[in-house]
Amino acid sequence: MNKLVYLIPLLPFIGFIINGLCRKSLSKTASTIIGSGAVLAAFCISLYLFFQVKNIGAIDVQPLFTFIKVGSLQIDFAFKVDALSSLFLLIITGIGFLIHVYSSSYMHEETNDHFARFFAYLNLFIFSMLILVLGANYVIMFIGWEGVGLCSYLLIGYWFKNSNYNYAAKKAFVMNRIGDLGFLLAIFWIIQKLGTTEYDKVFTLAQVPNTFSPTEITGICILLFVGAMGKSAQLPLFTWLPDAMAGPTPVSALIHAATMVTAGIYMVARSNVLFSMSEVAQHLIAIIGLATALISATIAIKQNDIKKVLAYSTVSQLGYMFLGLGVGAYTGAVFHVMTHAFFKALLFLGAGSVIHAMHHEQDIRNMGGLKKKLPITHLTFLIGCIAISGIPPFSGFFSKDEILAAAYAHHPIYWVLGVAGAAMTAFYMFRLYATTFLGSFRGTQNQEHHLHESPKAMTYPLIALAVLSVIGGLVGVPEVLHGSHQLKSFLSASITSEKSHTLSHSTEWVLMGISVAIATLAILFATNKFSKNPDTEDAKGFGKVLENKWYFDELYDTIIVNPLLKFANFCKNIIEKLVIDGAVNGTGKFLQYSSRQVRLIQSGQVGSYILLMIFAFVIIIFIWINDVTIYKILSNIF
Amino acid sequence: MNIQYYIFLSFALFTIGIIGVLVRRNAIIVFMCIELMLNAVNLLLVAFSKMHYAKAVAANANTTVGAEAQVFVFFIMVVAAAEVSVGLAIIVMLYRNVRSVDINFLNRLKN
Repeated sequence: MNKLVYLIPLLPFIGFIINGLCRKSLSKTASTIIGSGAVLAAFCISLYLFFQVKNIGAIDVQPLFTFIKVGSLQIDFAFKVDALSSLFLLIITGIGFLIHVYSSSYMHEETNDHFARFFAYLNLFIFSMLILVLGANYVIMFIGWEGVGLCSYLLIGYWFKNSNYNYAAKKAFVMNRIGDLGFLLAIFWIIQKLGTTEYDKVFTLAQVPNTFSPTEITGICILLFVGAMGKSAQLPLFTWLPDAMAGPTPVSALIHAATMVTAGIYMVARSNVLFSMSEVAQHLIAIIGLATALISATIAIKQNDIKKVLAYSTVSQLGYMFLGLGVGAYTGAVFHVMTHAFFKALLFLGAGSVIHAMHHEQDIRNMGGLKKKLPITHLTFLIGCIAISGIPPFSGFFSKDEILAAAYAHHPIYWVLGVAGAAMTAFYMFRLYATTFLGSFRGTQNQEHHLHESPKAMTYPLIALAVLSVIGGLVGVPEVLHGSHQLKSFLSASITSEKSHTLSHSTEWVLMGISVAIATLAILFATNKFSKNPDTEDAKGFGKVLENKWYFDELYDTIIVNPLLKFANFCKNIIEKLVIDGAVNGTGKFLQYSSRQVRLIQSGQVGSYILLMIFAFVIIIFIWINDVTIYKILSNIF
Repeated sequence: MNIQYYIFLSFALFTIGIIGVLVRRNAIIVFMCIELMLNAVNLLLVAFSKMHYAKAVAANANTTVGAEAQVFVFFIMVVAAAEVSVGLAIIVMLYRNVRSVDINFLNRLKN
């Protein structure tokens, strides 16, 4: 049974190898079957393991081999399947499979080998993410961590002939690398203090009093969080995620829902024991999460690209998850990862369906009235919007409510800001929905003529995800609603440091009521406003600031990128050309010049040779006489 | 006689030889100057030998220590005579080739 665990990452990897190496000879059907089949098989095994974990408990997997052995440090290539990782396995392979199926139709315009290349990348992405969640120590997690970074680069830059897309891919990679450095340093620090990276040992040792001083544990947690910041697109490293929209839409869905951005949440939730030991780090996480949630929500309000709105909403929802992690509601955060995976994948795939129907038009100002032409997309998209806005009984409500309740228990101001963010979420989602699907069509006649509902390979995943978005929240119905919160009891094996809040039921009811009421108001307002007169004009004043993302990119360019470029230019022009090249070429030139001078001595005159010989003799005799003196000088020098 | 006189004399002869080699361009004169240097050294050899012999005799009347160079110097003169014949032959060949004994014509060592 244990051997089955190895099959989970192995299958997508085999899919990657086959699709990658045989891409020129495989037909589109063949690549689809190989790519999706591998992930489907992995999903089935994950499902089996999930129930094993549920019924029996965590599965210990024998290490495959020793990865690194230096001195007393031994790092095994080992996997670990417990409640947390089995849940993530289901999310990754399940949503991943739906996205694979969807891609087979969405990407059909590509040529055969590019089509297979796309599936190869997708499989590699799933493989890396599976390694990330399956690893039994931080180093294996880091392998997967780097793997998803690489795959995001490859997929964002999938259409590599467009230099803007390549730029976005590079940006994602570099931003991630900044965070990775923090993660790597944290791993080194843990190895230095504890001599192991295995989760079980680290957490046991960390709980022994006086293992870490408060400064050390805070330092480690903050460095780990810096890693999560890069991968999960938190302030200040979030700008890569909206730019990642350069990739094909299924890639966006994969990055935003099933893989990549959830890695940071997984890492923090996995290290919950460490984070619970550091108040400072938790406050930092909560504050950064909240700030990210609010700032990106404000940006989303004024975006006009259908995918950009969704991208900023992802950043905002990730902010919520970090708020949950920061206030100790680890289960809530993981719960939100799950429900968010459902409705965000749904929304992205729905957006992809719209873009497909509109022939690669992404500007919502040129859409409108798509309700009649795309009935399935419309309905599923609406479900996604309601779910993300947190309206009961859709899935988003339960997870968001759990985070907000924990935030209230921590400090009411967190709750107030969180609800403000939730209201903005409802507002911009329904602005998007109303502008796209309601009102009248604003595109060209040609586009209108070709409007069509997407093929079945695209609508079926949408329907599946819509069903999950509706019922997905039921696994975590809180006690106050007479539920038993199965997810919490399931995850309690992995998440031992959950901070349970003690809010009275009446308080919870009031909080719930207020947030739902505000979200409903925002929805009604936005639907009403934008279905009749969508804001098709260019934003002015403050709206312009929001449209330009608070000028974050410009700020980074001014503060970091341009000085760095100037410094690089300085190094190139001054240090490299004058100093280094000068030294190297100067040596050569000096030797050439001096040898040209010395060459004049070879006159062919015997007399001058003899003269030189005599000079040389005199010098040698002089040296010989002063031999002792010179020896002393030399021995003083060396 | 004091050894210093011999040293000064042979030094002077040697220096004259060197300067002659450097300054004069006639190959025969240069050659003579070389001989002069050789004989300056010979002189020094004999002088030092004599000095050592005198010291050794003062200590032990029957010794022959230090007398070897008196014989050795004849060997040197013999070898020098042979060398002179070779050198003069070279100069004769030189004259036949370039119709001059000016050593400044001998600049073929260049390149």
